[in-house]
Amino acid sequence: MEKLKYVGQSSVRIDGKEKVSGAALFTDDLEFGPDLLYAEIVEGPHAHAMINSIDTSEAEHVPEVLCVVTGKDFPYNFGLYMKDRFIFAQDRVRFFGEQIAAVVARTPEAAKKAAKLVRVSYSPLPKVLSPVDAVKKNADLIHPDLKHYEHVPWFFPKPDSNIAHHRKIRKGDVEKGFAEADYVLEDTYEVPRYAHCAIEYHAAVAKFDHSGRLTVWASSQSPHTQRNLFASALAPMGITHNDVRVIAPHVGGGFGSKAGVTMEIIAAAIATKVKGHPVKVLWNREREFYNTYQRLGVTANLKVGVKKDGRITALHHELFWDAGAYVEYGANVVNAVGLSAIGPYRVDNASIDSYCIYTNLPPGGPYRGFGYSEFLFGLESHMERIAGHLGIDPIEIRRRNAIKAGDLTAYGAPMNPNGLQQAIDAVEKEIGWKKKLVSKDPDIAIGKGFSLFWKAPAMPPNTSSSCFLKFNEDASVNLLVSGMDIGQGFLTVMAQIAAEVLSVPVSKIRTENPDTDRNPYEWQTVASHVTWGCGNAVKLAAMDARKQILALVSRTHHLPEETLFLEDEQVKCMTRPDFSLPLKDFVIAGIQMGDGTFKGGPIIGRGVFMPEYASTKANPETSQGGHPNVHYTVGAAAAIIEVDRKTGKVKVKKIVEAVDCGKAINPDLVKGQITGGILQGISTVLYEEMKFDHRAKMLNPNFTDYKIPTSLDLPDEVVPIIIEVPEPDGPYGARGMGEHTMIPVAPMIANAIEDALGIRIKSMPITSEKICLTLLNRGKND
Amino acid sequence: MKKISFSLNGEQRFVYVTPNEILLDVLRYKMGAKSPKCGCDTGDCGACTILLNGKAVRSCLIFAVEVEAQDIVTLEGISRDGLTPLQKALIEHNAFQCGYCAPGMILSATELINSNPHPGEEEIKEAISGNLCRCTGYQPVIDAIKNATKKH
Repeated sequence: MEKLKYVGQSSVRIDGKEKVSGAALFTDDLEFGPDLLYAEIVEGPHAHAMINSIDTSEAEHVPEVLCVVTGKDFPYNFGLYMKDRFIFAQDRVRFFGEQIAAVVARTPEAAKKAAKLVRVSYSPLPKVLSPVDAVKKNADLIHPDLKHYEHVPWFFPKPDSNIAHHRKIRKGDVEKGFAEADYVLEDTYEVPRYAHCAIEYHAAVAKFDHSGRLTVWASSQSPHTQRNLFASALAPMGITHNDVRVIAPHVGGGFGSKAGVTMEIIAAAIATKVKGHPVKVLWNREREFYNTYQRLGVTANLKVGVKKDGRITALHHELFWDAGAYVEYGANVVNAVGLSAIGPYRVDNASIDSYCIYTNLPPGGPYRGFGYSEFLFGLESHMERIAGHLGIDPIEIRRRNAIKAGDLTAYGAPMNPNGLQQAIDAVEKEIGWKKKLVSKDPDIAIGKGFSLFWKAPAMPPNTSSSCFLKFNEDASVNLLVSGMDIGQGFLTVMAQIAAEVLSVPVSKIRTENPDTDRNPYEWQTVASHVTWGCGNAVKLAAMDARKQILALVSRTHHLPEETLFLEDEQVKCMTRPDFSLPLKDFVIAGIQMGDGTFKGGPIIGRGVFMPEYASTKANPETSQGGHPNVHYTVGAAAAIIEVDRKTGKVKVKKIVEAVDCGKAINPDLVKGQITGGILQGISTVLYEEMKFDHRAKMLNPNFTDYKIPTSLDLPDEVVPIIIEVPEPDGPYGARGMGEHTMIPVAPMIANAIEDALGIRIKSMPITSEKICLTLLNRGKND
Repeated sequence: MKKISFSLNGEQRFVYVTPNEILLDVLRYKMGAKSPKCGCDTGDCGACTILLNGKAVRSCLIFAVEVEAQDIVTLEGISRDGLTPLQKALIEHNAFQCGYCAPGMILSATELINSNPHPGEEEIKEAISGNLCRCTGYQPVIDAIKNATKKH
């Protein structure tokens, strides 16, 4: 094992000083000068309606208004995985609050005033609000043109239905597996929609200049994907990839909401109508809730068969996803779960049906966890209940079924090396699982709950990352990458990897969020894949630079290259302890020879990574045959809670979570993901709840009525545990873990509530009100 | 338009505003103080927190005309003479992730420390309870404030 100096250290974040001093600039902090224009959106007041006509004449006459644009100006489809979305609604609106038009004006006030004067005539259509209704025979179609939409080859839409995609797993012999079972448990679990709640709004400023250049500054997780989608959507206007440039400043939280393209394309499109002016589109808190993406809701029917010893003989998981009005991104959530809804278990006989269903609710899309939080709420509740029925310890039943390296996943490819057993053991010990806890207060019930988790990056098989690395005169380094630091610490981790290879301190490495003109390609900062994917590209770029350095010193100093190495910003030689050459002497200037000439020149490294073994090519009826997921990250968690029997209020006393991140490049940042993810998970299970009225209008799109936790809502204690079973193709063995940390929280709290009160709640959120009502109704329906 | 004058980060400034202009917008878009952020516009999130005569207040809930002749400090003012022990501790603890809530959070903590140099954990939690953070789970921020204010 090589000795590591920078990788594995809890370095301070390289953007720490910027962020605590107020120097960090976010999109809406940038200055665009006196020519800046402002856009205001006109929204549809129906969840489902045909648009008869739009009259913009009155709005156009408001002083300081430059233009009003509608769907007619941009009759283009766009989307990441399926082109079912529009820049502005075309002939119909499909969710309440959908963008119909935009007014562009010199001031925000004029734009707002004029937006109210845009007259739209609608013919309302029947609303389809639940996925169960949407798949009924004769259900109203939300996308009659579904069969004409372009989509990735691994999606299977059902024409003339509301089913945009159906991912099927058929592995082994499920009927035989259930026949062999000693016990079969079948039940339904409900997980509603949730909102990301990044504190910074979506913001985009676009400028289409007189040379035909379209520049977009956006709060974004996906600068290159945005460039790609803008260019392909606006191609009919003659705009090419070469014309589009996306610049990404700091991002005030993403959690999936700023992945792909949502409102940013409005700015890009509008800019083409006001050539020469920058135009700003700034979302507000309400629109953050109802017009970006929401986490998809799901109704999951789960059937699991086990032997008396708890070993799983068969699993059937049927998931009906409420994917909303547009599924261009959300359908891949459905796909990801369709491939993985066996959970982190060895299941020889499995069938999964994961249905992506259109509804007249806001578009569902990526949210931290990408569907895994949703299906594991049911599965990990189910495992606990099966253990209870069989009289097996809930941790023991997981241990017996936990997937091991080499076991076959649901799609038939072998599971990667992993530390699931170590995670289970570590959590069991730290939480004090066997110790019975009793409250002295008769009103307080104490419970313990446990959950496993797993998640794979869901990405196209040709997803890639790349890096340029350049030295400066003082041997400091600029790393050019296009992953985004959305708070997770990505840039710091990239700097640590380069520091390790080059033996240059982290503090001398500068790396910033990208500009697609200057920085090399990265697919997107999603799927918890950038530490792994871009980390590989950075490592390769640093190795490339190192090779150039050593080759140069070898040929100028006549030393064998294999005897040379880098240490403390110098080139040293194994066979000549007296030899040392500081990097700063030559990484730009080159090395001077005896005759006065110079050799070398600026050192510039290059690295590219693509997982060349990944493939989505498989039998669509079974999903067997491909290798769609590069690897899974696994872990275990447990909680101790107190519940007040009178009020239903849950207090989280302690949470232990162990995650196998392969190698913690920066342990402090890994722990930060655990602490933050756990609170986000607690919030979804205990506090957050969207409410919609009869028109399908969201009633609580604000932080007054949609509660996220404050500093007064913390668990008393969180113990993060890092497990390190290396990923064979990860940089220093690392694999992603950012999303995963919130996944086990909801089921383990549900399990702890059952342990405390003897009630099983099968729908989220588990609010105090729901606990009290369940306690009151206990026995009534039995 | 009305001319108003006040002290911003130790400097006497004036600006013309309409009676309905919000202080947060005036600071950000007319006076170049970008550190106060907007996260809700309704006083729920605390990202726009500033110090008004030493008190941490939400600048999205104040009309600009109300601050005539008063004293305003934003994070730019705190950082002007180098980082404070609180800011240094926040860096050491990797306390922030995306950093969007940081300006408001730091001003709330600064108000606390100015009146209570060695606060307990509960006092720290209470002081920043009006500043929403979606990334960190708050604990690293609390630990940093504790470390910066512990008795030596």
